[in-house]
Parts: sequence; structure tokens; C-alpha cells
Amino acid sequence: MKRNTLTLLAAGVIAASSWIPVAQAEDSMYMPSMTYRTGPFAGGGTPFADGYADYFNMLNERDGGINGVKIVVDECETAYNTQKGVECYESTKGNGALAYSPLSTGITLALIPKAPVDQIPVFSMGYGLSAAAAGEQFPWAFVYPASYWSQLSSILKYIDSNGGIEGKKIGFIYLDVGYGKEPIPLLDQLSESMGFSVAKFPVGVKEMQNQGSQWLNVRKERPDWMIMWGWGAMNPTAIKEAAKIRFPLDRFIGNWWAGSHSDLKAVGESGKGYLAANFSGIGQDFGAVQDILKYVVNEGKSKVGSPDDVGNVLYNRGMFNAVVLAEAIKVAQDTTGKTIIDGADMRDGLEAINLDQARLTELGLEGFTGDVQGSCSDHEGNGSIFIQQWSGSDWEKISDLIPPMTDVVRPMLEEAAESYVSDKPDWKGQACS
Amino acid sequence: MLYREAGQFKTSYAADQAMLPILQDRIGILVILLVAFVGIPVFATDFFMGSIMIPFLVFALAAVGLNILTGYAGQLSLGTGAFMGVGAYSCYKITTLFPDTNIIIAILLSGVFSAIIGVIFGLPSLRIKGLYLAITTLAAQFFLEWCFIRIGWLYNYNDSGAIEVPQRKIFDIAVTGASATPMVRYLVIVSIVAVLSLVAANVLRGRIGRSWMMIRDMDIAAELMGIRPLYAKLSAFAFSSYYCGVAGALMVFMWLGSAEVEAFDINHSFLVLFMVIIGGMGSILGCFLGAAFIWVLPIVMRGLPSLMGLDILAATTEHITNIVIGVLIIFFLIVEPHGLARLWQIGKEKLRSWPFPYASS
Amino acid sequence: MELLNSIFVAPFVDMAAYPDFLIQVIWEGFVAGVLYSLIALGFVLIYKASGVFNFAQGIMVVFSALALVSLHEAGVPAWLAVVLAIGIMGVLAVSIERLVLRKLVNQHDAILLMATIGLTLILKGVGELIFGGEPKPMITEQLGLPTGSTDWEVFDGIVIFQHIDIAAAVIAVLMVMALGVFFSKTRIGRALRAVADDHQAALSVGISLHQIWAIVWFASGIVALVTGIMWGARSEVSFALEIIALKALAVLILGGFTSIPGAIVGGLLIGIGEKLFEVYWGALFGSGVEAWFAYVLALIFLLFRPQGLFGERIIERV
Repeated sequence: MKRNTLTLLAAGVIAASSWIPVAQAEDSMYMPSMTYRTGPFAGGGTPFADGYADYFNMLNERDGGINGVKIVVDECETAYNTQKGVECYESTKGNGALAYSPLSTGITLALIPKAPVDQIPVFSMGYGLSAAAAGEQFPWAFVYPASYWSQLSSILKYIDSNGGIEGKKIGFIYLDVGYGKEPIPLLDQLSESMGFSVAKFPVGVKEMQNQGSQWLNVRKERPDWMIMWGWGAMNPTAIKEAAKIRFPLDRFIGNWWAGSHSDLKAVGESGKGYLAANFSGIGQDFGAVQDILKYVVNEGKSKVGSPDDVGNVLYNRGMFNAVVLAEAIKVAQDTTGKTIIDGADMRDGLEAINLDQARLTELGLEGFTGDVQGSCSDHEGNGSIFIQQWSGSDWEKISDLIPPMTDVVRPMLEEAAESYVSDKPDWKGQACS
Repeated sequence: MLYREAGQFKTSYAADQAMLPILQDRIGILVILLVAFVGIPVFATDFFMGSIMIPFLVFALAAVGLNILTGYAGQLSLGTGAFMGVGAYSCYKITTLFPDTNIIIAILLSGVFSAIIGVIFGLPSLRIKGLYLAITTLAAQFFLEWCFIRIGWLYNYNDSGAIEVPQRKIFDIAVTGASATPMVRYLVIVSIVAVLSLVAANVLRGRIGRSWMMIRDMDIAAELMGIRPLYAKLSAFAFSSYYCGVAGALMVFMWLGSAEVEAFDINHSFLVLFMVIIGGMGSILGCFLGAAFIWVLPIVMRGLPSLMGLDILAATTEHITNIVIGVLIIFFLIVEPHGLARLWQIGKEKLRSWPFPYASS
Repeated sequence: MELLNSIFVAPFVDMAAYPDFLIQVIWEGFVAGVLYSLIALGFVLIYKASGVFNFAQGIMVVFSALALVSLHEAGVPAWLAVVLAIGIMGVLAVSIERLVLRKLVNQHDAILLMATIGLTLILKGVGELIFGGEPKPMITEQLGLPTGSTDWEVFDGIVIFQHIDIAAAVIAVLMVMALGVFFSKTRIGRALRAVADDHQAALSVGISLHQIWAIVWFASGIVALVTGIMWGARSEVSFALEIIALKALAVLILGGFTSIPGAIVGGLLIGIGEKLFEVYWGALFGSGVEAWFAYVLALIFLLFRPQGLFGERIIERV
């Protein structure tokens, strides 16, 4: 019996080493999808992954792919864990992966240096390293439609236009990891130029559901506005705690990862009035979403829990991630004349992307988001955000598109990009005219 | 038949106490080293080296570190992840403060810092033991994690709060950084792990190692026999943390390329602990077996559904992997508390008399 | 000088200046402490009776609460869902005793601890497989738990008491009392204490160890369910809760592994202590000190009193 166990073990190891990923057929392109349907952040990862996969599958079903080439979406579970993410990357990059969307700041940071070596672009849509918006220094990384810093500047603009910001006190509550700390340099800088004071409230990953002290501190500091950089279980807990100390929720703004349906469903009626930034349209009233329902969800080809979840904030965001990638593929196909493209073509496609309102309407996404237009030097596409409000049962868009303060943010992004590459002598940027 | 030592006579005490007294073992080790240093670099793919062998070796080294403390010295630790973090952050500081330092030296040196921190958090072990000590190692885990976040100096006040590995070269070959090929990184790592494992094996059968085992088996008796618990326990913490620290530095510099604090969280500590349990407490060989098993199992599990043509959600396999590892841990604790290493021992015994199991030996 | 001031003077000045806020901080700490105590209570029950340090207590909290919420989502009425969730914890207790503990009798402490770590992985995997990984809102209202809050105007300020927090405290007290009665007045309870005192003596008077073990695991399963409901009502039910449960380990060190009053006092000490420390002194360290305060407090405490506040004195024999 013991011998058998050994034999089995040996067989397992051999199976592992000889395990070669399934070869791709000639007439398809390979699009990896890093997901986390498990772990502490699964609540956000699941709808995102559904939207991402469903859009590509919809293109496959409706149009037979992009210019006749089907897209094979291959999910790899990361559980929001950097090691697993890197392993996913290493195991799938050889399959002809066109681009990676890691959906985790940690994994993004690990992949950015690998991207130029393996010639596969990293598309961290509205997360990851803000500095990656500087295309000169980061030819292989993209943060469309806006970096965290741009987003924060838009949020501050919103506050400014709602009663002025000068002399006010802004509380900043954030998940105490790279993701949450990312916007702090800009916040500090803008507090001087715009004349407001800042109080910071870090929430440790372990304390996500135990924020009593942070909110006691909020009560002590008495800020006029609160901004939250939260994710996962941190969000509903924060909103509940805010309601508990009677902080006015219509002065509490979450960033675009702190304003999803799954966050607020847990809060329900008591979260009424809470604000959040967003850049992707809400609901099912878009042609593309209807097509997803028709071709994928109603055909039972989706992993989504119920058709009602389609159109949720994070579902639509995952879908938008796929939209940008699909558009980049199309641009790359059109410019190269090839139907099967590779990572380098994909990079050029991402850089040349131009999702204006006309193009969005063509795609069935009229008014879904602001214009996203990339260029050699601009890898964040100058996207705008809007503010949405929780009505107690659903999100409602309550503001127009708010463009970022590019004049302030851009020089800081470039500076950050410079300092990122300064200790990397062999780093290769690109020259933009 | 295969494992008969008949005819191998020892003519000196030195030969009798050799690390591998049996010829077959010596040949076996040579074959393994040959495969590791020549076979794999020549024949294996980049994926195999980069995503299976490198993590496996990193974890094996960390498991050796934890096994020294838990398996040999009997002090249960749940803070392995944090000690690996100390190694990684020190290595980052060394190589950014002194960019001309040879990266291998920086990695080996970073373990020293980890050892110092290990000794500090090992101090309570002089007064408390067993489960209580296990919980105090949790204090180390959470306190150090907090330091990695809060002390900006450790990550050079970088906006992202993560440490990013700079490119370093030895003889004009990139060893770290994105352009370092898996083969180079693998060769560096396998050399370090081989040397450190050899050192560990020798320390463990020497005076220090024996004093650790005496402390483990019965500390009061050991004390009465002249073992100083202070030295024995703290040296175990120092050695163990050194290994964990080097493993942590290797993990970030040779494998991940960048790391946030979460890379060293409590789950990481548990992962290494599982490797030690399944591999076998108190066995160097077990560390390697356990690391291979725990690291490779999920990869195999992930590959299995597609091999069998099943369409199972990636998340589902993840859950099932969790369950399987949990079941295996309990299974091993019940059936074979000494883990895979013991299975190998039994296998060896069987091989000795194979194919005539009933012949008297 | 400024440093000394900010350590020894400023926080107390702050406290005196806003006494309403101080009361609020202590109340919040008290409620958090009650929940830590409940988790610690689950540990103590099992450790006393079987010597197993049950690392899986945290995941049991999540598992039971998720089972309850998911059952309700599936259309089961709330009261029935509670009964079924208790039933699930019962089945779990019996199967753990049958499949794991029974086979590990007389093993070393550390081995038993590791077995429960294995158990944690299994429960996590099974839980995510069945209930999914998404956080779920607790069915507070359906269970008849109060929502809303009461203000107490005092010292020119207000202190806000959430009804659910008050309910948590009351339920915790009732539960401890019920356990106390169970231990001292019932036959099984006395048998439990006998087992805790001396396994062999208990065996020799005809007490079934297997039965007792299954019962304590069941009891701590119920404690876990209650904790899960309370904590879930304060935020939501998700696997992230499991990590908070680790804090109960620090509570155990303060209180001792075998003492129920210790678990309660330790939990309250840590709950109130960490809130006060974070609010009044946290900024000195760059805040977020809550993550380690409990453990470091426990560690320092251990150096002076290794057996905990109420633990039995450790006597070593060779």
C-alpha cells in the first residue's frame, strides 16, 4: 500500500512536468483571464471575471470573433495572491497570450518588468501603478481609462464643485496595502495647492471587517468629506460604520473599486446616499449588454449566477476591460493587416486605441463612458469619471463626466515614472514625438 | 537487492559517521545533483524551471528553516512568512544602498538580519513553550508585517509600497530582474539551496543539532545533562530564521521580481508549515518532498480537468485543492506523522529485501 | 519632550476634554471584546475537554454563519435555518470526533493543533465550494435581532449605542450563564468537567470520552454560530472574518487556555485596550497598531505570567 502511494506520487510529479497546456487552434487567439473567484476579495473578482469572459464569448457567438478570429478566454485563478498570479502568468504566456489584466496591484507590479521581456502588454484598467500612464517610460503598460491619481483629482474636483474644498478637512480611509497607499502622494500635493487638510485612516487587511477604531478616529477628527480607497469586505463594513457614527453618507465618496453592487447589497437601505466614482456605465440598457444576454447568458454559456447580475457595476467593468482589449485587437488587425496578431501588435493596438463616442455607439455602448484615446505618451487615455449614488437599492448616476486635472497630475505621473526607472539602468522606454 | 549494504565495511569511525554511509545513497545523491545541475538546465522548458523548480527550491529552503526550528528543536513557529519577509526586505535594502554588492553575497547576508530578528522573537521561548510559544510567533508575524507597511525606509518610500527587484549582473549575466533567464536564476538558486542544505545536514548531526534534538525530546532532561537551553533555543531560532530569510530573499529576487507585504502574510507561514508536516518533521529530505508535493499538487490539479477534457471552473479546482491538502494533512498526521520522508524510509527498507521480502535479513 | 508629552499627557487631556467620546471608545472596545471573548470561549471549551487547540474555531464561525445565510437565501424560513445550521454544526462535531480526534488520541499537542489547521483548510474549501466566495449580508431582521440605535446625551455630547451591539452583549452574557449552568448542574456538564480534570479517571468511572468530545465540539459549534451571527450583523459574512478570529488566540494567552472567565476578561481587556491604544496613541506609531497590539500585549504578558491570568499554574515534572 505504501509502495502504491509512492508510485502515485511519482506519477503525479511526472504528470505535472509533462503537462503541456492545450495547444491553440490556428484560427483563434488566446486571451488569458486572471480571476479571483476565491479568497477574501472574491466578491469583487467574480462579477468582473464574468463580464470579461461573457463579452469575448458574445463576440465569438455573434460575430464569429474579431475579424473572423475567435478569442479563447482562459481563466486562471489567482485568489488575489501575487505568487499564484505570477505562476498563472508564467504558465500561460507561452500560449500566445495577447495581454494580461491582472486585476491586482501586486500582480501588476510583478508583471510590469516582465512585459517588455516577453513582449506581452499589461493592461491594468484603472488600477496598478499610476506612473504607468507615462507611455514614454512604460511602453508595455496601460491604465486606461484613468490612473488612480487622475481619478482622485476628479473626485476632488467634484468636492470642490459641491460647496468648495478650500479650508475643508478631507478624511482618507484606505486599505493599507500598495493599492490603498497609491494616491497618497497626489493627495498630499493637492492639499497644499487646493488648500484643504487631510486626515488618513489606514485599514489593515486583517482589520477589514473590524473598523471600529478607524471610525472612532473619524469621529474624533471630524472631517468634512471622506474619500475611501477600499476593496472587498472593507467597503460594506466602512459604509455601515459611517452610518453608525452618523457621518453624512452623501459626503462619503468611494473610489471606483468601492462602489459596486456587491458592496452595497450587504448594506442595503442604510447605505442610502453613499457616493462612488465610476467610469463604466451601469445597467443593462446598452446594446452590447443586451447582446451578451441574448447570445451568452440566455444560452446558458455564462458563469454568471443570475441574469440580474448582468449590468452590475463590476460586471460592466469587467466587460469594459474586454471591450478595450477587443478594440485593441481590432486596431492591431487593421493596421498590421494580419488576422492573427501577437503581443507586440497588441501593444501597438492598445496604444493607438480611440474609443470616442461614435465608436462606443457602434459597439453598442452609447454613453457608457467618456472618450478614451491613447497615444504613445498617454497610456491612461484621459478618461473621465462620473459620480454615482446609492439609492438604497441601486446605483444612480448623479454627475456628468468629470475630467481629471491633467495639468497637475501629468507632471507628477512623469516624475513618478522617472523615479521608477531611475534605479533600473537597463530599462527601455520609448521615444514619443 | 537494490539497497543491500552487504559487503560495505567501515574501517574507521569517520567512515561510520559519514553523512551517507551507504554506497547506494551516495550514488543516489550524485544522480540527483547531476539531474539538478545538468539534466534540468539542458532539457527542461522555461516554464518548468521558472514556475515549478524555482518556487519548489525556495519553499524547500524555507521548509528546511522551519524544520530546524519545529522538527529538530521542537519550537512550533507560525511566523515563517514574516521571517522570510525580513530576508527579502534586508536584501532589497542592501542591494539598493550598495548597488555594487554582488547579489549572491547580498542574498546570503540578508539571512543574517533575519537571524537577528529571529533571536529577538525567540527570547520568549526561554520562558514559554509549546502552544503558547506558537502564538507568540504570531506576534512576530503580525508585528513584522505591520513594520513592512509602516516603515517607509524599508521600501525606499516607494509610492506603491512594494519592493521591486533591480537588475543585477554577475560577469555581465543578468541574475536578477526581468531579463534574467529562468535558467540563470535556476542555477543560482539550486547552487545556494544545495550548499545550504548540505550545511544544515551537517549542523544537524553535529553537536549543535544534537542539543536541539535533546531540547525537543525533553528540555528539562537536556538541561540536567548540561545543555544550555538559552544557547540551544536561540541558536535554533537564529539558524532557522537565517534559512527562512535567505529563502525570502530568493523568493523575491529570483522568482517573483517584486513583492508587497501580502507575499509574506500568515497564509504563507502556513503553507511552509504544511510542507514540513507533509514532508516529515525532523527530516531534511522531507522538506524537499513536502515542498515538491504542496507546490506541485495545485499545479497538477489545475491541469487535470483540461487533461481529462472536463470543463471545471478554475475556482472550483482551487477549492478542491484546498480540501485535498487539508485531508492529506490530517491523513498524514493520523497514518504517518513522520510524513513523506518516513514513507521513503519504509520504501528503502522494502527495497533492501526486494524481491524476496520473506528472506531473513 | 514633545514625544513624552504626546505619550503621557496629550492622550489623557484628550480623554478628559471629550468624556463622551471616551465612553464611546470604551463601549466600542467592549463590544469588540465581547465578540473576541465568544471566539475564545469556543477554543476554551474544546481545549478543556480534549486538549485540542482548535485552530479551526475561526473558520467554524464563518462556516456556520454562511450556512445559516445560504439556507435562508435558498428559501428556508429564518428559524428553520437556525435549527438546520445548528444541525450542521452537530454533524460536523460528530464527524470531526469520528474521523479525526478518535484517531489522534494521545498525540502531541502540536500534532493536534496541526490537524485542526488541516481541518481549517477543508472547511474553507467546502464552504467556498458550497456557499461561494462572495460576502453575504447577515439576515439580522429576519432573525428578530434589533437594528437602529439609541443616543445617550452626556457631558455635552452624545454616545451612540447600536441596538445590535447591546443585543450581542446580552446574548453573550446569557450564553456564558447557560454554559455555566450546563457545566455545574447537568450530568453531561459534570462529566465534561471530570474529563477536563483527568481523562483516565473519567474513563474509569464510565464516562465516554468520544461522546464528551462530540458534545464539546458541538457546543463550540453553537458558540461559533452565535459569534458569526453577531459579527455578521456588524459587517457581513465573508471568509475575511476568519482572520479576525486569530485575535482570539491572543485573548487565550491573556486568559489562559482552560479558563472560561479568563476568556471573557481577556477578550474584554484586549477589545477595550486596543481601541483605546489605537484611538489615543495610534497616531504616534502611524496608526494601524490594532493589527499587532493584541499579540504583542500577549507576548509581553507571557514573559511575566506564562500561564495566563486565570490559567492553572504550570508544574513541570521530569
